[in-house]
Amino acid sequence: MTTLLEPGAGEGTVLPLARHAPARTSAPVRRQMGGVTRNDRLTVLGALASAVCTSALLFGRVATFSGRFGFVVVTYVVFLATYALLVWLSDDRPAVIDKLMTVVLYSAAAVLASGLISVVSFTLWRGRTALGKSNLYVQDMSNAGPADPLTVGGIKHALVGTLMMITVALLITVPLGVACAVYLNEARSRVSRIVRTIVEAMTALPSVLAGLFIFATWILILGFERSSLAASLAISIMMLPIIIRSSDVVLRLVPGNLREASAALGAPAWRTVWHVVLPTARSGLATSIILGTARGIGETSPVLLTAGFTASLNTNPVSGPMVSLPLATFEFVRSPQPALVARGFATAAVLMGVVLALFIVARIIGGTGPANLSKRKAGRLVRRSARDVTRFNDATRGAPPC
Amino acid sequence: MQTTHVVDLRPDGQAPKPRPVRGVPSLSDRLFRRGSGLSGLLVLAIMAAVGLFLAIQAAQALRTTGASFLTTAEWQPDRGRFGIAAVLTGTISIALVAVAFSFPIASGTALFISEIAPPRVKKAFIAMVDLMAAVPSVVFGLWGLYFLQDQVIGLSRWLSIWLGWIPIFKVTGADPTNPLASESVYTASTFIAGIVVGLMVMPIQCSVMREVFSQAPAGEREGAFALGATRWGMVRAVVLPFGRGGMIGGTMLGLGRAMGETIAVLLIISPRFEITIHVLEAGSNSVSSLIALLYSESSDFGLSALFAAGLALFCLTLAINFTASAFVARSRSGATSEG
Repeated sequence: MTTLLEPGAGEGTVLPLARHAPARTSAPVRRQMGGVTRNDRLTVLGALASAVCTSALLFGRVATFSGRFGFVVVTYVVFLATYALLVWLSDDRPAVIDKLMTVVLYSAAAVLASGLISVVSFTLWRGRTALGKSNLYVQDMSNAGPADPLTVGGIKHALVGTLMMITVALLITVPLGVACAVYLNEARSRVSRIVRTIVEAMTALPSVLAGLFIFATWILILGFERSSLAASLAISIMMLPIIIRSSDVVLRLVPGNLREASAALGAPAWRTVWHVVLPTARSGLATSIILGTARGIGETSPVLLTAGFTASLNTNPVSGPMVSLPLATFEFVRSPQPALVARGFATAAVLMGVVLALFIVARIIGGTGPANLSKRKAGRLVRRSARDVTRFNDATRGAPPC
Repeated sequence: MQTTHVVDLRPDGQAPKPRPVRGVPSLSDRLFRRGSGLSGLLVLAIMAAVGLFLAIQAAQALRTTGASFLTTAEWQPDRGRFGIAAVLTGTISIALVAVAFSFPIASGTALFISEIAPPRVKKAFIAMVDLMAAVPSVVFGLWGLYFLQDQVIGLSRWLSIWLGWIPIFKVTGADPTNPLASESVYTASTFIAGIVVGLMVMPIQCSVMREVFSQAPAGEREGAFALGATRWGMVRAVVLPFGRGGMIGGTMLGLGRAMGETIAVLLIISPRFEITIHVLEAGSNSVSSLIALLYSESSDFGLSALFAAGLALFCLTLAINFTASAFVARSRSGATSEG
């Protein structure tokens, strides 16, 4: 459809600004786009105060809706309504929706954060008495009965077990996983595509099935006993796809021109991988291995099916049952004895500490892509190349010109 | 600056021939290729062995029951009557409760991180979400069993009293008129297990969504602002349409993870072999907790039945994961690091 300009339409396009705008005496004030004003803050606080009061009132009347959880939910709903009303007094509809959604997004993040904080602090709180006793870390449970106080017995056996299992699992998964990731990146053939698809599929394998597989093959068919080695194998099957997949992603981030430069200088393929690709991706590889390790350490179900259970320290990986921290936690809290439950919480707290330590190491080592250098790393590279320049200069000064 | 003179040193003065680029790879290269190919094949063999073994072991049980495996709710393999109707519905309903609970919070947090949070808060939140993904599931299970259950029972009771006319919120055996009625009809339910599992899958959903949201093109964001959009208006017009694939994919990845969860579910629920959609009722079941519960007491045939259940679960999570990664891959821009 075409519209023709009607006669006289020209007058309508004159901006009405000219008539209404007062003569400017100063520079125009910039419209505020973001940030929080005092008014905003007061509106939120006012709505919150009114919501708490309203739901406190409601909870005196509606007896069926009880519990702290219900109180929080009701308060939140009332808060949203009040806040919308308050904003609506001064702003138009899009602004009301914008502010309301901002508050909703803030609260979603707050729920997630409080979930994590609640999980961690509850575990620490319930385990506090057992965590404070030093025997927790240096004794095992062989001399401690279920009813014994927390001053006897500890989880040394589980701590050692976890470390042994994860060490063996890493000995299997790191060389195999990184080599496979290199293969996926270097050889782009039909076979490598099949391998990638299968690995991707196996990340969906529920961990309990990895345990069941080892239980049925290693223990029932091949007739080996339940041991830490079996558990390591189960954990490896679970960790392998995770490590391969994340290493594959990291290796894919290595810039192609580095590979090409190395090939152009005449380096054979293995030298390119060993001296260029892997060092460039080192921090990313370390991160993916460590995060895979954190997953593997925390898994209970493969260990539950394959490692057996013992209350005493066992340092032989190929024979005899061995427990890990998550399995010990699981077995402790299944008992009705309060002392054992407290031990379970302390074990869980120690397990979280191990995972947190791994996590911090991962953050320190890596977390940045291959191109993003930290300040120290960049400085080191600059110094190294300065050394190279002097070395070249020295070499050319002595040698005859060619 | 020195000048370089190119001197033709060829004695016969003929035009240079191009060097053959595709030569025979050196021994070291061949060894390297053979070695890395071997590791790929080894991984392929291990993974295929797991899948094949699962299928072969399951075949024995599946042959005896046939199609009734999908419709039977009982689990008595040694009497020949077993099926995954109850455990699979239990698995799916736990996972659905988990996703219903985690989806709003994960997407809200992802939007908060990518759109609202100032840089320092943003960094802290990204680290926190990563850390949350690494918290062992047994810790979540403990928290759910000893802390969350008491908090949620009030909500369960309220839902069953006021919304009990909706089938999924119905609780048989609940007596709302009796204020001193036991609360045990509300414990160990699908609902509680679902909330705990939802909290566990939240980080993976959140990080997938955040990554996709942060890739929304800056030009279009600025365009929306320039047209006078509020921040939420911009999010609705640019970020959400751009990130829809990532939201669906991330949610489904979480769904797949939720179905495979074992220990937290095993700690919370009390096993029950009935098909039920009443999520608030005591008792539930899931395939993975069934395996962890029964593996040691099973006969050879019972183990084969467990493998069949595991195979069904694996097929389900596999289908979900592949769909999810297809969604995520399609929503990513084609940017590569070449160059």
